[in-house]
Amino acid sequence: MQQIVNGLTIGTMYSLCAVGYSMVFGILEFVNFAHGSIYTVGAFITLTLVSSGRIGFGVSFLLSMIATGLLGVAIDRFAYYPIRSKRAPKMNLLIGSIGMSIFLQNLAMLIWGSQTRNYPEVLRLGSTRLLGVTISHYQVVIFLLTAFLIVALQTFIKKTKTGKAMRATAQNVDATKLMGVNVNLIVQIVFFIGSALACVAGTLVGMYYQAADPWMGFMPGLKAFTAAVLGGIGVFEGAMVGGLIIGIVETLAAAYIHAGYRDGIAFAVLIIVLLVRPTGLWGKALSRKV
Amino acid sequence: MQVLGGNRKASLSSRASRILFGILGLVLLAVPYVGVSSYVVRMFTLTLMYISLGLSLNLLSGLAGQVSLGHAAFYGIGAYTSALLSLRLGLPFMLTCLAGGIMASLLGLLLCFPAMKLQGTYFTFVTLGFGEIVRLIILNWAKLTRGPMGLPGIPQPVILGIRIASDGAYYYLILVIAVIIYAVVSNISNSATGRALVAIREDTLVAEAMGVNVFKYKMIAFGLSTFFAGIVGAYFAHYISFIDPSNFTFDESSLILSLVVLGGMGNLKGTILAACFLIAVPEVMRGLLAYRMLIYGLILVLAMMIRPQGLLGSQKRMQVS
Repeated sequence: MQQIVNGLTIGTMYSLCAVGYSMVFGILEFVNFAHGSIYTVGAFITLTLVSSGRIGFGVSFLLSMIATGLLGVAIDRFAYYPIRSKRAPKMNLLIGSIGMSIFLQNLAMLIWGSQTRNYPEVLRLGSTRLLGVTISHYQVVIFLLTAFLIVALQTFIKKTKTGKAMRATAQNVDATKLMGVNVNLIVQIVFFIGSALACVAGTLVGMYYQAADPWMGFMPGLKAFTAAVLGGIGVFEGAMVGGLIIGIVETLAAAYIHAGYRDGIAFAVLIIVLLVRPTGLWGKALSRKV
Repeated sequence: MQVLGGNRKASLSSRASRILFGILGLVLLAVPYVGVSSYVVRMFTLTLMYISLGLSLNLLSGLAGQVSLGHAAFYGIGAYTSALLSLRLGLPFMLTCLAGGIMASLLGLLLCFPAMKLQGTYFTFVTLGFGEIVRLIILNWAKLTRGPMGLPGIPQPVILGIRIASDGAYYYLILVIAVIIYAVVSNISNSATGRALVAIREDTLVAEAMGVNVFKYKMIAFGLSTFFAGIVGAYFAHYISFIDPSNFTFDESSLILSLVVLGGMGNLKGTILAACFLIAVPEVMRGLLAYRMLIYGLILVLAMMIRPQGLLGSQKRMQVS
């Protein structure tokens, strides 16, 4: 039980990242490898703002989300958009995003140093024992915050006009363009939301483990994407559930099988699931043109 | 007339490229003798190694269009197989090197079965996951691989009674390997097999309808590509004489894939050019220390912007939609 609670905590973080991946993929059909680095940068921006001591945690967090979101938009505008606009093969975007990821990682290293930084313990919360399971209040905060963000995002996508445009763009870019929707604006909104969510995940994980380093985003980035693929990429619910599954399975495996294989479990699960369902759990079957 | 003119132009350019190739060959043969420092010889060796890896992946990802982000796994499997066989059993290099290639190829074919059904990103992610799993197994199977401590003291190869010891000798060995891989891959790409692979890349369904045995050709591409990666891995193990799991990470896989994409998918000369470029750039910028990788990342992004079809890629194969 304890392991499941811990797994769920990590899983929600993967979910938050996976949603960002999934939304970008849904529209642009490419894997944004820089997402993990955005997560790192987000965590560091919050760290810097909080430890500057002038502003409270809540404000810092919000500012950091906005800043990271804008970073995501900037990356799209200055790196991905020029590649996309040349109608290059999708592979180019992939390599470009790997380059971007290397760039951001090293930028983070230059700015914040390569040592592991202690994350300030801003929220001093206790823990509760419930049915023999210790749940720290911080974990509760993580669950509530994530749930709130997800519901808010769901509502945004389902209820607002912009959300409708986003769904339309994911279905068919060209048709949406013809309907008078500014597709590039939609893409930028998607990058903003995705990056802001990555920042939330980075910050929460940083606080959970009380540590941050320039490489912290690499593995979570890969796993979050694995979660998105597992759930069926481009599907909102799939990304959420995929993240939770990966978090739980990985924590259980680390506890009961072998801690050394922790990072490999996610990929093993992915390979097995894809064997059975080649487009992920919730994915639509790829239509083959004839 | 038009056709004739075109032909003459083609034959002229092929003659020019043949001469260019001859000059290049002579220069490459002369490298260890022109009095350059051993550092330069080592740089050439490293570049040739990545050329070999890039060419081997080009067969799978460039020609057949199966984009793999797990090539470092096969390279690592070759390295570990060869190193362990020669360290534990004292087998000669020719044998261990071949065993490294075969082992990599066997595991590649094993991966090929589940990966076969998958398309695009899903395939890429399975290879990525496979790469990570292989790395973790190497890291955690301490009894066999000594885990994070790595394998030191891998013996120098002895080929036909000649001990490969000097920088120059190692350089010639990788030159031979690279030339063999180039010859094989380039022959394949000009053969019926190569055209079948390109057909699979461009449209698997149409290829299948035209009677191309997709399964068979994907197996060929997978098997050969991973075999060569294993051979290069074996070479690497004996060249560097110490290997540990950090040599075979995702970064390595992404670098190899960058060579293929930057060179132009399916273009062998492009891969060679890209390898020279991407290996040389970080070295040239060594003085910039901390900014080196930062600039490297930027160059990768810029290269994709400026030459979306790759350095030597052809325009016509670009996707339209």
